[in-house]
Amino acid sequence: MKTAIAERIEDKLYQNRYLVDSGRPHITVRPHRSPSLNLLALTRVCPAKCYELNQTGQVEVTADGCMECGTCRVLCGANGDVEWNYPRGGFGVLFKFG
Amino acid sequence: MTKEKFDAIVVGAGMSGNAATYTMASRGLKVLQLERGEYPGSKNVQGAIMYASMLEEIIPDFRNDAPLERHLVEQRFWIMDDTSHTGMHYRSDDFNEVMPNRYTIIRAQFDKWLSGKVREAGGTVLCETTATELAWDGSGKAIGVRTDRSGDAVLADVVVLAEGVNGLLGTRAGLREMPKPQNVALAVKELHFLPEEVIAQRFGLTGDEGCVIEAGGTISRGMAGLGFVYTNKESISLGIGCLISNFAETMERPYALLDAFKRHPSIQPLIAGSEVKEYAAHLIPEGGFNAIPRLCGNGWVVVGDAAQLNNAVHREGSNLAMASGRMAGEAISIIKSRGGLMDKASLSLYKTMLDKSFVVEDLSKHKDMPSLLHTNSPNFFTTYPQLISHAAQNFVRVDGTPKIEREIAATAAFIKARSRWGLVSDAVRLATAWR
Repeated sequence: MKTAIAERIEDKLYQNRYLVDSGRPHITVRPHRSPSLNLLALTRVCPAKCYELNQTGQVEVTADGCMECGTCRVLCGANGDVEWNYPRGGFGVLFKFG
Repeated sequence: MTKEKFDAIVVGAGMSGNAATYTMASRGLKVLQLERGEYPGSKNVQGAIMYASMLEEIIPDFRNDAPLERHLVEQRFWIMDDTSHTGMHYRSDDFNEVMPNRYTIIRAQFDKWLSGKVREAGGTVLCETTATELAWDGSGKAIGVRTDRSGDAVLADVVVLAEGVNGLLGTRAGLREMPKPQNVALAVKELHFLPEEVIAQRFGLTGDEGCVIEAGGTISRGMAGLGFVYTNKESISLGIGCLISNFAETMERPYALLDAFKRHPSIQPLIAGSEVKEYAAHLIPEGGFNAIPRLCGNGWVVVGDAAQLNNAVHREGSNLAMASGRMAGEAISIIKSRGGLMDKASLSLYKTMLDKSFVVEDLSKHKDMPSLLHTNSPNFFTTYPQLISHAAQNFVRVDGTPKIEREIAATAAFIKARSRWGLVSDAVRLATAWR
């Protein structure tokens, strides 16, 4: 029997289709010395785990697996920690089922 | 891009955008619809349950060719703790009617179908085009939309913002604020494929009958949220959503929550052996009546999720989107036929229609519910579910303890957890918010 329980987020994202707009990320993090609480929360709350803490303590984003849900926009858009745009037309996640 | 001017531009090809475009195009208006996805539906995510009556008002004979999964004959409400669920199930053969009331759908397929109807009605649908901002004239009237295709704005008499929960055009132009973390839920879901007969067997279904489960309790780890299991023809949509403010406070990982929900002993047997083919995440407006922004202005109206039109209590959203899109389309068509200007005063016809409809009636009925559930989430989503489970187990387990002792113990547990005053006050507040 196949297992229904995918434990790793990478395995989950692997099911999805994306057309990555190479070199033109639709989300950027404002340069910072230490992250705000909301920005730090994204390292756990982002459902695609796009946000990670680097070795020097800053939060970085890699938006390739982004599902364009907007959680980071809601938490960090208003204070300017995150600049959030939609990908260019045709790029980004392509839901087969939605 | 094209230099021609349109009667209306609709931004977005979800439920509200398709309803608005169809309504206007079928009344003879020249409508351009912009969609950033590869095809309509490729960016859209929903549970998904579709309510027939709101679609019937747009496409009465939709049952002939719409991609519908199952018509729902059974609804299960579950209160869950870590090892149990206490359920209220409603199943009725009355739902096996000629024109069923509710269906499960798969949005990518459904939206593609609905977009086909939009095109048949004469709407121009332009995909792979991201609208970037509204264009304005000197008097402060919206006159069109700029896109990522070219620098020039596409012009129209009115712009219908059907841009979804993350509508950027409206917030960029200052027409509404960005949603607050306590007013939106983040939901994650997976699509689990299983043979049709396995789904029928596990849920006791015949033919196209469907069953849905809505579940609350310790699965949300004290956050305000719900889990769901919806049967499609050959797949099961399974997901969980909680308020973003709660996620930020608890730092819970959404996908870990989803996996724990899947492992719950009441859920696991339902999806055993399935093959997961997609993982999706989406925001759901939960702020209700008090979060509805300005709905129209000079040269623009906002519909659907972008306008926060979502009934969190009844888990309704796409029907409110369809209804609001249709009403915006009707209002614009009426103004156009009278030769009127698309200014704030005339477009307020849309707001009047919406205010008189079930959309605003229902949202206003439950306007205090979102804040109640938000501020009391640990009680409603952890304490009570545990108490209810213990009480139910107390009732059914037989081990020689006298019944009266069991009943006293169950009552005492409620009082110990919430105090007499707390129980009464929770009940009163819940009843008041419901009323």
